Amino acid sequence: MTDYRIQGATGDWEVVIGLEVHAQIVSQAKLFSGAATAFGAEPNTQVSLVDAAMPGMLPVPNMECVRQAVRTGVAINAQINKWSRFDRKNYFYADLPQGYQISQLYHPIVGEGVLTIEADEKAGIPQDKDIGIERIHIEQDAGKLMHDQHPTRSYVDLNRSGVALMEIVSRPDMRSPAETGAYLRKLRTILRYVGSCDGNMEEGSMRADVNVSVRKPGEPFGTRTETKNVNSVRFVMQTIEYEAQRQVDVLESGGRIVQETRLFNPDTGTTHSMRSKEDAHDYRYFPDPDLLPLELDDAFVEACRASLPELPDAKRRRYEAVLGLSAYNAQVLTAEAETARWFEALLAESARVQKKSEADVAKASANWLLSELYGALNRLGKSLEDSPVGPQRGAELLGLVADGTISGTIAKQVFEIMLETGEAPADIVEARGLKQTSDTGAIEAVVAKILADNGDKVAQYKAGKEALFGFFVGQTMKAMQGKANPQMVNELLKKALG
Amino acid sequence: MTALTDLTVAQIRDGFRAGDFSARDVAQAFNANVAAAGALNAFIVETPELALAAADQADKDRAAGTLKPLSGVPLGMKDLFCTQGVQTSAASHMLEGFKPTYESFVSQKLWDAGAGMLGKLNLDEFAMGSSNETSYFGTVVSPWRRAGGDNAPLAAGGSSGGSAAAISARLCPAATGTDTGGSIRQPAAFTGITGIKPTYGRCSRWGIIAFASSLDQAGAMAHDVRDCAIMLENMAGFDPRDATSLEQPVPQWEAGLSSNLKGKKVGVPVDYRVDGLDADVARVWDAGIAWLEDAGAEVVEITLPHSKYALPAYYIIAPAEASSNLARYDGVRYGLRDLPDGANLQEMYAATRAAGFGPEVKRRIIIGTYVLSAGFYDAYYTQAQKVRTLIAQDFARAFEQCDVILAPTTPSATFALGENSSDPLAMYLNDVFAVPASLAGLPAMSVPGGISKDGLPLGLQIIGPAFDEQTVLNAGLAIEERAGFTARPGQWW
Repeated sequence: MTDYRIQGATGDWEVVIGLEVHAQIVSQAKLFSGAATAFGAEPNTQVSLVDAAMPGMLPVPNMECVRQAVRTGVAINAQINKWSRFDRKNYFYADLPQGYQISQLYHPIVGEGVLTIEADEKAGIPQDKDIGIERIHIEQDAGKLMHDQHPTRSYVDLNRSGVALMEIVSRPDMRSPAETGAYLRKLRTILRYVGSCDGNMEEGSMRADVNVSVRKPGEPFGTRTETKNVNSVRFVMQTIEYEAQRQVDVLESGGRIVQETRLFNPDTGTTHSMRSKEDAHDYRYFPDPDLLPLELDDAFVEACRASLPELPDAKRRRYEAVLGLSAYNAQVLTAEAETARWFEALLAESARVQKKSEADVAKASANWLLSELYGALNRLGKSLEDSPVGPQRGAELLGLVADGTISGTIAKQVFEIMLETGEAPADIVEARGLKQTSDTGAIEAVVAKILADNGDKVAQYKAGKEALFGFFVGQTMKAMQGKANPQMVNELLKKALG
Repeated sequence: MTALTDLTVAQIRDGFRAGDFSARDVAQAFNANVAAAGALNAFIVETPELALAAADQADKDRAAGTLKPLSGVPLGMKDLFCTQGVQTSAASHMLEGFKPTYESFVSQKLWDAGAGMLGKLNLDEFAMGSSNETSYFGTVVSPWRRAGGDNAPLAAGGSSGGSAAAISARLCPAATGTDTGGSIRQPAAFTGITGIKPTYGRCSRWGIIAFASSLDQAGAMAHDVRDCAIMLENMAGFDPRDATSLEQPVPQWEAGLSSNLKGKKVGVPVDYRVDGLDADVARVWDAGIAWLEDAGAEVVEITLPHSKYALPAYYIIAPAEASSNLARYDGVRYGLRDLPDGANLQEMYAATRAAGFGPEVKRRIIIGTYVLSAGFYDAYYTQAQKVRTLIAQDFARAFEQCDVILAPTTPSATFALGENSSDPLAMYLNDVFAVPASLAGLPAMSVPGGISKDGLPLGLQIIGPAFDEQTVLNAGLAIEERAGFTARPGQWW
């Protein structure tokens, strides 16, 4: 195993990373108001009186958002705090109508949990690793300032104001950009499985504050910097690479790291200082007097637990143990909730069509999905969600191969036609006469002709050049336009060659 | 015949139902009194047309036989309640001209019950004050004058000073108030009227401009106990838009009124009988104790040992919450905006808030900001919250020994305008007896108990356990029946 190290003039440096991930909670309505939360709506069309902080307006917790946070907590095996409380974080800014953000500083809803990242030899992660999660709390998002609408004025869009966020705070347990990337991807996978966040980093529904420090291996933690609002896995990794190197350079040239807030510039891949601890806000946190403490009962937590789908780790283990898939295939099929859903639909249909158990059809289904379907989708630039061929049609196609109606080769042709026309595979086979022939007489006739036309090769074969068998198979299949049952071709050829 | 404006809410309601007069007659009579009382400065906005419209509707409803609980009754609305389309200012320059597009829960309930609005009543700016001298729209002048020739204008109390003055001067038969640390009880005591603050959570805070959220509670102010019961019944109720709203049915307080206190125990807090207690206040308190005994109650001594810390705790918690609640007045979305040439965002905030808030509001924002700031939070805010818990425990222990507590409402009768305005601490002391019940969220009421040697009203305060407004009202009724308080200010305005 090679640890990730920054090579400095004074020796190797270890990088210590923690993430605060802000994940927008999937919910019809905002955290404390009834306003809608759709992305991309016209500015200031999803703003209630509460969101605009009109005089006399009051927040009321949206229990759906609370439920989603609890479900997420259960999904990372975290402690669920049945008593939590909302606090106000006070500061003035034009995108914050109330003059405070309602958050949870002192008593978060979710306590200690853990998330496991999988071994990835190539990325320098030799074995599975547990990353600690310190807490998840719920809070309001702010609105957005728009500086490009007017030469001298800024506009405020409050659509996002009051939207519910989960802040998921990791322990400083990561030691490389690759581990951090793996953590963020795994977290996104879990959020998507749970359905508590769509994980869409481009639309800003998931963003990370990246805490980075460096130290000589074995020494205490160094001073950290926090780079705010980084909005892709790649940028997070770039942030770490840049920050770690910058900090090493500062330290080795005799400087000192200032605890500060920084910003990442995606154009240059660098970070720059936003504000230092000295001029940090005093947020004057205190319990929000408009809200009672959030008290959850066992039934609520149990209902959250019961509502969870099978999670990626459990699913991966089941795919390997019960369905007999390879570790690699199981990993790929479970990495995205959507892929697993598609695969399981295909599996169920295949088992039904072929009247077999899911385990019996799993390998062929997985292979077809990962090679044939993914290959085609890549070519077409489409995703699984908008695949022109659905799980049911896929299962029908696999069924035709399994019951000997068509060969694997013909299946590829049929699939191409399915992608273009959307027709049912059975109809394609029927209409184009692609049905595989198992007519012994017909195959025998072709075999006889091939052997007769290639007397020299027959002689070589008989003299011991057994590799030529494949040539005879190929010729026979070619002559029969691929429609001959390959197994019968093999048998009849062997018989004829004596 | 008695003037219509001398009638109580119950008398107007019943007389109107009986056909003795029309709702329009009533509204016109009060509108005339309001119009003639500019010298009191009790109203910030007068809405005679709204009072008349509601009255005309009430007259129609009476003809159609579809009367509502408050049909025919015109009311004053403290200008802290948001009223749709009518300026709601909280008596602050910051919100001058602000017309909400929505109606507060409490005011909506009253309109739904058939009441009409005579206007928006003056108050201390953002309900911060005890004399109604901090209003941007000018001081409220009490209709009362000292006996014996001293014509100094007097304070109506605060923050619901406009409500108190208007009822006392017969500009409205009843009004809404809000009480954060005595803002209903103290002005009621100062003006010889009756006012009740119910249990925290009884009245939704939705649409009431916030001062200190964990303390703010709407309540009723009127001539007598029955009217308070009627008003409160039509103001209270569960509201899902206020997370602190009580999810309990509203009791029929009026029907439950009874001045027979047999079997009830009245607690008298010995801690409140401090050295130097005003002699008039002590005399009225003693009279109150005797009246309750006469009504059948047994009197027991109780202690509320942490009450002496109530005022300092209150003046940490309330400003802390206010400093945050008032952050929304930033000039960005509504209300005043002061944007000096070339100013950036921070400068706009500073200019707007400097121009928009008066000195008392600024003082409390600064106190609140200070007590919440890093390094001071535990010493002030956390400590004050502990005191608050101890005070609530004091009451819980006391109510194991008694059903209701009797105390003075204020340490003295009202004072001359200007007398305390340069000394905030002296002003804050006005609420020393009122604040403990606020911190504990308990129902508390002030009823007139007697007259000071200067001829000014003095109030008696009745505090009950949470949710038991009925016992508070009943004890108040027993006092009212025995106090025979008939004094009223002579009309000089």
